[in-house]
Amino acid sequence: MTTQSLTRPPLVTLSGALPWVIATLFLLAMPQIFTSNSALTIMNQMAITIVFALAYNMLLGQGGMLSFGHAVYMGMGGFMCVHVMNYVEDYSLPIPLPVLPVFGGLFGMGVALIVGSFSTRKAGTVFAMISLGVGELIAACSVIVVAFFGGEEGVSGDRTYGLPVFGTEFLHQIEIYYLTVFWLVLSALLMYLFSRTPIGRMANAVRDNPERAEFLGYSARWVRFYSFVASGFFAGIAGGLFAINYEILTEENLNLATSGSILLVTFLGGVGFFFGPIIGAIVFTLLQTVLSLQTEIWQLYLGILFLATVMYFPGGLAGVLMMHALPIRLGKAGLLVVPYLRTLLPAALCILGLAGALEILFHIRHAALGDSEMTLFWVTFDSHAPLPLIAAIVAVAVGFWLARRSAPELAEAWHKANTPDGGAA
Amino acid sequence: MDLILVNLIDGLVTGLLLFMLSAGLTLIFSMMGVLNFAHASFYMLGAYFAYQVSLFLGFWMGLLVAPVIVGILGAGVERYGLRRVHQYGHVPELIFTFGLALLIEEVVQFIWGKDQMPYAVPEILQFTAFSIAGNSIPAYKIFMIFISVAIFITLLYVLTRTRVGMIIQAALSYPRTVEALGHNVPLVFMGVFGVGTALAGVAGVIAGPVLATFPGMAVVLGSIVFVTIVIGGLGSLWGALVASLLIGWITTFAKSYNVRMEDILTGLGVQKPVDMSESLIRDLWTITSPQIADILPYLLMVLILVFRPYGLFGKRDA
Repeated sequence: MTTQSLTRPPLVTLSGALPWVIATLFLLAMPQIFTSNSALTIMNQMAITIVFALAYNMLLGQGGMLSFGHAVYMGMGGFMCVHVMNYVEDYSLPIPLPVLPVFGGLFGMGVALIVGSFSTRKAGTVFAMISLGVGELIAACSVIVVAFFGGEEGVSGDRTYGLPVFGTEFLHQIEIYYLTVFWLVLSALLMYLFSRTPIGRMANAVRDNPERAEFLGYSARWVRFYSFVASGFFAGIAGGLFAINYEILTEENLNLATSGSILLVTFLGGVGFFFGPIIGAIVFTLLQTVLSLQTEIWQLYLGILFLATVMYFPGGLAGVLMMHALPIRLGKAGLLVVPYLRTLLPAALCILGLAGALEILFHIRHAALGDSEMTLFWVTFDSHAPLPLIAAIVAVAVGFWLARRSAPELAEAWHKANTPDGGAA
Repeated sequence: MDLILVNLIDGLVTGLLLFMLSAGLTLIFSMMGVLNFAHASFYMLGAYFAYQVSLFLGFWMGLLVAPVIVGILGAGVERYGLRRVHQYGHVPELIFTFGLALLIEEVVQFIWGKDQMPYAVPEILQFTAFSIAGNSIPAYKIFMIFISVAIFITLLYVLTRTRVGMIIQAALSYPRTVEALGHNVPLVFMGVFGVGTALAGVAGVIAGPVLATFPGMAVVLGSIVFVTIVIGGLGSLWGALVASLLIGWITTFAKSYNVRMEDILTGLGVQKPVDMSESLIRDLWTITSPQIADILPYLLMVLILVFRPYGLFGKRDA
C-alpha cells in the first residue's frame, strides 16, 4: 500500500490475500462449530444480507449515492430467479441450481440499466428522491402485475427439482449454506476488485468532488451510472440467493421497509470501509434474531442505536474499530484499556437501566389487564410496583454519573495513545 | 356533472392536506438543502398529540396545542440533532431524518400501541354542509378546506409582507450576508424548521379524525409528500401547491371513475386475445383506474423526472 516506487506493485500480495483466505476458511468451518439448523438459517440470512449490504455500499459508501429503493434490484432479481426455478422444473431445462443467482444478477442489472439511465443524472437529494419514487412505484406494481409478482401471495418455487449437481440435490440446509458461501465469497471478491479498478476509483472521486472529476475529463454522470449498474447486478445476486434460500418472494422484498433496513445495516457497519457493511450485516442479523426473541420493542432500540450512530459515530462500527489502528500501530493501545473499562462499564449499566425502565413502562402500558408480572434480566417482579422502576432509574443515574466522571480521563488517555513518543500532537 | 363537482371538492381536500405538509417540507428544503424525511412523522405526532389533548380538553384545544408541541419538538430536533449532523454533509442529514422517522414510529407504538386511536370528528362538525345531487358533503371537509386555505394565506402574507418574512427570504438566498447584517441566521433556520413541522402537525390534527390515527399514517402519506415536492420542483412553494392539487385531483378522479384498460385498448383497435391465462401481459388488460390510483403520483413523478428533471416550477439547477 505504501510503496512509492514507479514499478507496478504485484497484483496479488500475501497481506492482501490473507484476509480473504482466512475469511473463506472461517466460513467453511462455521457449520462445524454451529451445527444446529437454526444457526444455519441465521448464517444463511447473514450471508445474503452481507452480499446485499456490500452491493448497497457500492452506491452509498463508494459512490456517495443514497438510495431509498435498493430493495427493488434485489427483489426483482429474486423474483426472476423463482421464475427461472419454475421454468427449469416445468420444461426440465439443463440449468443447475448453483448458477441461478447469475440470472438474478443479470435481471437486477437490467432493471438498474433502465432506472439508472435517468436517476443517476444527479447525486445527493435528487437521486435519493428518485430512488424512493421508483422503489414505491415498483413495490406498488407488485400487487397489480400478478403475472410476474404473483400479487399478494407472491411467487414461490421449489429448488430441489433442478438438476442434481455432483449428486447434490439441495435438500439440506447445509448444502444451501455452502452454495451461499460460494456466492458470498465470489461476489465480495468481485466487488472488492471493482472498487480497485479505475472506474471504482473514479466513483470515489465523483463522490468527493464531482466538479473536479468532470474537470479531469470524466463524466460524473456516467461514472455514477456504472456504479449503479454494478450495484444492481450484485443486489440481484443477493436476490437470487434469497430465492434459493427461502423459495418464495413477496411484495415485502421490494418495499420501503426492506430498502430502509439495508440502509440501516450498511450505515451501522460503516460506509467508509469495504468491510463495514459486513460487520453491519452480522451485527444487525444477530440483533434482529436475538433481540426480537427477548423483547417486543427491539425496533425501538434499533432506532435509537441507528440515530446515535448517525449523530455520534458517522463512521459506523468499522469507523470506531479503525480509530484504534493508530494507537495499535504506536503500540499504545494498552493505555486505553483501563479508562475504557472505567467508562464503558458504567455506560453499560446506564444503558441496561434505561432498557429496563423502557421495558417496565411498556409492560405497564400494553400488558393485558390484570397481568402485572414480568420477567426482566432473569428477575420476576410486579411491573406496577414502584420499586423496579426506581431501581432502573437509579441504575441509569449512577451509570451516567460514573461514566461522565471518568470521561475526561478517557479523553486524555485517548489523546496520549494517539501521540507518537516525543513528537508533538 | 354533479359527480365531477363532488370529486373536485374531495380532490381539493386531499390536495390541500398534501399542501400543508409539502409547504413546510419545501420551505425547509429551500432553506437548509435537506429533505426532512421525518416530516410525515411530525404529521403523525400532530394527530396523536391532538387526540391525547382532546381526551382532556376537547378537539379545539387539541387543534391549538398539538401543533405548538410538534413545532417545539421540531425546533429541538433541528437544534440538537440536525445542526450536529450538518457538519458531515447532506447525505448523513438525510439518513438522520430517515432514522428519526423510524424512531418516531417506534416511539408512537411504544406509547399508544399499534391499534387505531378512536380520534373522531368533533360533534359540532358532524353534520352535512350541503349535498350535490344526493352526494352529501360533510361539514368537516369544508372546515378542512377553510383551515388549509387560511393557513396558506397567512403563510403567504408572513413570507411576502412582513419583516420576518423578508429576513427568511433573504436568509434563503444569502445566509452569510444576512448574518453579516446582524441577524441570527441559525435561529431563523430553527424557527423555519419549527414552523414547518408545526404546519405538518396542523395537518395531522385535522386529518387524524378522517384518515384514521394509527402508527402507519406517516408511511401512508410520507412518500406521497416527497413525490409532491419533487413534481412541483424542489424548493418551490407554488410548485408544491400546484403539485399537491394535481395529485389530489388525479387520485380522486382515478378512484371514482372506473376506467378500464380493456376499454382503452379496444378503443385503440387492439384485439383482445382469446386465451389470456398464459399471456404475460394479461394483467395489462385487467387494470382499472381505481386499482392504479395510488401509484399514479409515482408514475407522474418518474415521467416528470425523465422529461423535466427540475420539476414543474423548479429552477434548472436547484
